[in-house]
Amino acid sequence: MKSLSDLQRIRDEAKKRVSMREGNQEYRIVVGMATCGIAAGARPVLTTLVEEAAKNNYPVTVTQTGCIGMCTLEPIVEVFGPQGDKTTYVLVDSRKAVEILEEHIGKGKVKTEYTVGASGVAL
Amino acid sequence: MMERVHVLVCAGTGCTSSQSDVIVEKFRSYVRQFDLHEEVKVIKTGCFGLCQKGPIIAIHPDKTFYCHVTPADVEEIVVEHLYKGRPVKRLELSDIDEETKEKVFDIDKIRFYAKQMRIALKNCGVINPEDIDEYIAQDGYMALGKALESMTSQQVIDEIKKSGLRGRGGGGFPTGLKWQFAANQPKGQKYVICNADEGDPGAFMDRSILEGDPHSVLEAMAIAGYAIGANHGYVYIRAEYPIAVQRLETAIEQAKSYGLLGKKILGSKFDFDIEIRLGAGAFVCGEETALIASIEGRRGMPMPKPPFPAISGVWGKPTIINNVETFANVPVILLKGADWFSSIGTEKSKGTKVFALGGKIVNTGLVEIPMGTTLREVIYEIGGGCPGNKNFKAVQTGGPSGGCLTENDLDTPIDFDNLVALGSMMGSGGMIVLDEDNCIVDVARFYMDFIVDESCGKCTPCRVGTKRLLEMLNDVCEGRGTLQTLHDMEDLANKIKDTSLCGLGQTAPNPVLSTLRLFRDEYLAHVVKKKCPSGVCKSLLTYSIITEKCRKCSLCAKQCPTGAISGVPGKEPYVIDASKCIKCGACMTACRFDAVVRV
Repeated sequence: MKSLSDLQRIRDEAKKRVSMREGNQEYRIVVGMATCGIAAGARPVLTTLVEEAAKNNYPVTVTQTGCIGMCTLEPIVEVFGPQGDKTTYVLVDSRKAVEILEEHIGKGKVKTEYTVGASGVAL
Repeated sequence: MMERVHVLVCAGTGCTSSQSDVIVEKFRSYVRQFDLHEEVKVIKTGCFGLCQKGPIIAIHPDKTFYCHVTPADVEEIVVEHLYKGRPVKRLELSDIDEETKEKVFDIDKIRFYAKQMRIALKNCGVINPEDIDEYIAQDGYMALGKALESMTSQQVIDEIKKSGLRGRGGGGFPTGLKWQFAANQPKGQKYVICNADEGDPGAFMDRSILEGDPHSVLEAMAIAGYAIGANHGYVYIRAEYPIAVQRLETAIEQAKSYGLLGKKILGSKFDFDIEIRLGAGAFVCGEETALIASIEGRRGMPMPKPPFPAISGVWGKPTIINNVETFANVPVILLKGADWFSSIGTEKSKGTKVFALGGKIVNTGLVEIPMGTTLREVIYEIGGGCPGNKNFKAVQTGGPSGGCLTENDLDTPIDFDNLVALGSMMGSGGMIVLDEDNCIVDVARFYMDFIVDESCGKCTPCRVGTKRLLEMLNDVCEGRGTLQTLHDMEDLANKIKDTSLCGLGQTAPNPVLSTLRLFRDEYLAHVVKKKCPSGVCKSLLTYSIITEKCRKCSLCAKQCPTGAISGVPGKEPYVIDASKCIKCGACMTACRFDAVVRV
């Protein structure tokens, strides 16, 4: 390392790898990962979310949780916004996960057609 | 695949002794077994502070903290938490919220952490101490970069002076001033020494910093080198800290390979190298001049001052010696500014102080608090008070050089000057809590025994005087003491204080003087009534059985290892033969009817 800017570059790279330990990101995304979720394909959804979020520097923390309760609609992804507002996306796959990140986190617009309200299930 | 979970396992000395190294291995093998190894990273980290509840494990980004984890729990955590996303509640660190009386798991709501402020320990339990990139991610080496690129040596010293940082090793000498003395010496070979010879019984602050964040100390030493014009540093550390030594070695190697130590650091004209010097664990080598002698390969014995090390130190060259915790504060001060640092703490003691809480306290461990926090807050709110609802008796601070503080002192804000005014001292940060079951004479005897072992022998008052003091304390504990003994002790203690050369001898009688002043009644009970009120000094105890309470069950007699108890089951009450009794207390523990008493 020859200069302060070399050090800064290493720092910026290293920061990305440990950012998850700081918590307090703007958005929190939770993926249901109980047996039902895993069986319906929640694992690729989870890894896609983690990878895409890191690649695009989205201000999100991606975590997993147990069964959310609507097993027929798994994989379920919940997005908690800065004000604690919650959006529930259902029947998510990797492609939808990318779109949700782009629209909801990137542009601040809820991707309505993938939400539980649009799923047609009477709640 | 991108990592999505980091499992941080405490790898400090405390948790390692309860198998945290095995836990790490188990985690790695289960994570692989469940095919999670590309998304879950298992990391060894430094001390989380709550050693009482170790081994501690943190899982991020969930911010879940598990405590008292055993190797047998690992499979469950991997399957339930890492695979299925269900935290293992039974192992989660929790506290009871004082207002709602409900269980809380949020780390910020746990009282042990709520009142703490981590500056010196900021990276402990957060980063992997064996990975320089993780330190750099927390702005590591940026303070050194800032100093080299945009500050003159004098500006660095001025900033440290302005911050009000004082030495954390005991004396509280202003760090900036010390640096100034060495910087004012003519140009030429100078040295920077980090004093990691932590010797107070019960103190482990410096060890934990070196184990959890070794780079912060290396970075600060390089900054100090730049400030005073030195290009060589020594870390003097005791060989009995193997984990700290090994992490320091790794850290030095990594810093060298990154060019953050060595020649022309970060493209500047500044060279700096660091070497480790292992000490054999002599208490006196924490004293500056003895430490220098030891580094030079001579026997660790103090020399008269002046000349001070800043003028003539190691190899006769200008040298600054700072303690580990002092150094750990330096990079943050340069990055966040002297004004930020001096806004924390009291008028004359700025910043925070790390304490090692030990003794009769619920939360044994490492705490860092802003100066000015009261002893009551530390002992009751952070420490959780004395276990088993026992009454608090005193807290011993400053190790063998310090003294005791009592109930009356609990509301005193902790800082360098307040503790000295109360007859104790900050010291390096050991805080041993005593409860009603501790005999104060016995405690004084413990410290004196330590000093007798550790006196280097150079000065007669310390070498012979402390030995005589110990004998007198033994007399008091064993019932041979008189009022004259107490008088002689005080007299001798003051003479040792006045006539010893170094800090060790000058402060050696402090535990005796402090306890004699604060707990004279307890000493008097020993020498006049020949009783030990706390029931510790065996020679002064007698066990007996209250005939009216005895149910003649024979349990006590069965437990007695010397056959000192006689009676007839169901017919005659039991009695203890004092001439055979060895005062082990087994009968008292065995009796279910409180018939055995100790006076």
